[in-house]
Amino acid sequence: MLTKDKSLGPTLPNTGLSPEEQDLFSNARPELYQPYPSEVVEKFINWVRANSLWLLAFGTGCGAIELNPLMTARYDAYRFGFQPRPTPRQASVFMIGGYASVKTLKRIIRSYEQMQGPKFVVALGICPVNGGMYWDSYNTVNQFDLYIPVDLYITGCMPRPEVLLAGVLELKKKIKEGRADGHNRYIQNLDWYKANQKRIIKNWDMPDYNW
Amino acid sequence: MDIGYWALKVGYFFITLGIVTVYGLLLGATIARTMAKVQGRIGIPYWQPFLDIIKNLGKRTAVSHGVMFYLGPVFRIAGGIGTLAFVPVIYGSEMFSNITVAGDLILAIYFVFFGQLGMALGAGESGHPYSAIGVARGLGQMTAYEVPFALAIIAIVFQYGTLDINEIVAAQQGGIENWTLFTNPLAVVAAMLAFLGMSMYPPFDVVVAPNEIPIGPPTEYHSSFLAFMATNRAVFAGAKLILFMDLFFGGATNWIEVVIKTWAIYMVAVFVGAAFPRFRVDQSIRFFLRIPTLIGLAAIAFVQIFLVS
Repeated sequence: MLTKDKSLGPTLPNTGLSPEEQDLFSNARPELYQPYPSEVVEKFINWVRANSLWLLAFGTGCGAIELNPLMTARYDAYRFGFQPRPTPRQASVFMIGGYASVKTLKRIIRSYEQMQGPKFVVALGICPVNGGMYWDSYNTVNQFDLYIPVDLYITGCMPRPEVLLAGVLELKKKIKEGRADGHNRYIQNLDWYKANQKRIIKNWDMPDYNW
Repeated sequence: MDIGYWALKVGYFFITLGIVTVYGLLLGATIARTMAKVQGRIGIPYWQPFLDIIKNLGKRTAVSHGVMFYLGPVFRIAGGIGTLAFVPVIYGSEMFSNITVAGDLILAIYFVFFGQLGMALGAGESGHPYSAIGVARGLGQMTAYEVPFALAIIAIVFQYGTLDINEIVAAQQGGIENWTLFTNPLAVVAAMLAFLGMSMYPPFDVVVAPNEIPIGPPTEYHSSFLAFMATNRAVFAGAKLILFMDLFFGGATNWIEVVIKTWAIYMVAVFVGAAFPRFRVDQSIRFFLRIPTLIGLAAIAFVQIFLVS
């Protein structure tokens, strides 16, 4: 059984919210996703999840420009079950397109926590790995994995659509084997991730977990 | 009319519901693949809509916004199943002619409207501003295209003198010249123009405009809620197509005819959709209240003067 670290207490403090807003937002902690008790069902549902990947259409950085050709006639990601959705509620894959500035990171955290169920993060480019071209910038993060758990890295600056397709197929393989568990890592180490996030995001005026 | 008769009817209806759901999902995938081939792509696999529904049901979390939030998918699928329950799929077949009562044409028209009302309640409860915008657009457009649709229905009710869909289908048997398409073409034109508004293809797709407001009314719906609504998209589309086929294009006496006729009616909306850009909501409301309404009124006048003596 998977367990989680509870050093922030059973409910989240939500210190960023004003007293009037405290009862408008939930302060519950997220629960870990346990796999289905039957292994056959778990394998089947992992196969279905791998073949029906819905991408959140949120271009966070310069990598987003390589996502558009992916949907057109030449590379055609639709035949792999990969389609863009405009709202985080319906999406299951989040592609971090390149660098993440502090301002965008706040919105990435908001969108990531609103996504449902088994969700996967794919980091495009070299910037989420070690800062890339912006390694000495005052405004971007150098190691993205400290703030949001990443399931797959695709390096390059920018990776071409063929590389993106190869990455999508690699992600599908990982999901079918059950190894893509970034969401559980996030919930297990929620306090560590929140401490990292709050260290660099100074204007934290949203709830601790954006349900 | 004992309990055994009704149990058998409901049992046969569930078989019809299963067939129409599978057919609706496959029809959606076929149309998407055809459009992809036109654009030079390969397109989604045929079984993709089924995988999407199973994946959404297999999501491990769902966030609800209250009790009324459930009304969106529940009313929608009730509308879809309700429309299908009272429309005969295959004329003359004991298994597939569903539940027929006198006056079931009015009931079918009400069920067509029912789903959108539930969607309005549920989307409003979700609190998302884009849902509210989408719902306002959707209801406005629906009210506008219901006018020529209702006028066309009134015209054929006058023509055939009955509100029972089974009798309307029976009157169209015996050759292609008995179809409403050829005996009362004005009503069919008005109803097909209303069908363009119903099918949410361009130029009338601003309600679910994917590039403008994120998806519109279903913005906050996810997991099992979205799976229900995706299933309803197939059931309701199938029920609407079968209703149109029964009223205007002669009904069907076997499943091959059902498939060919519903596919042809659906392709009318797809052809128009591929050729037109999007109307704004006020433009589409103005469109529906002008020419299609006039054609509907002319259909009623045509029936009164020429057909009913």
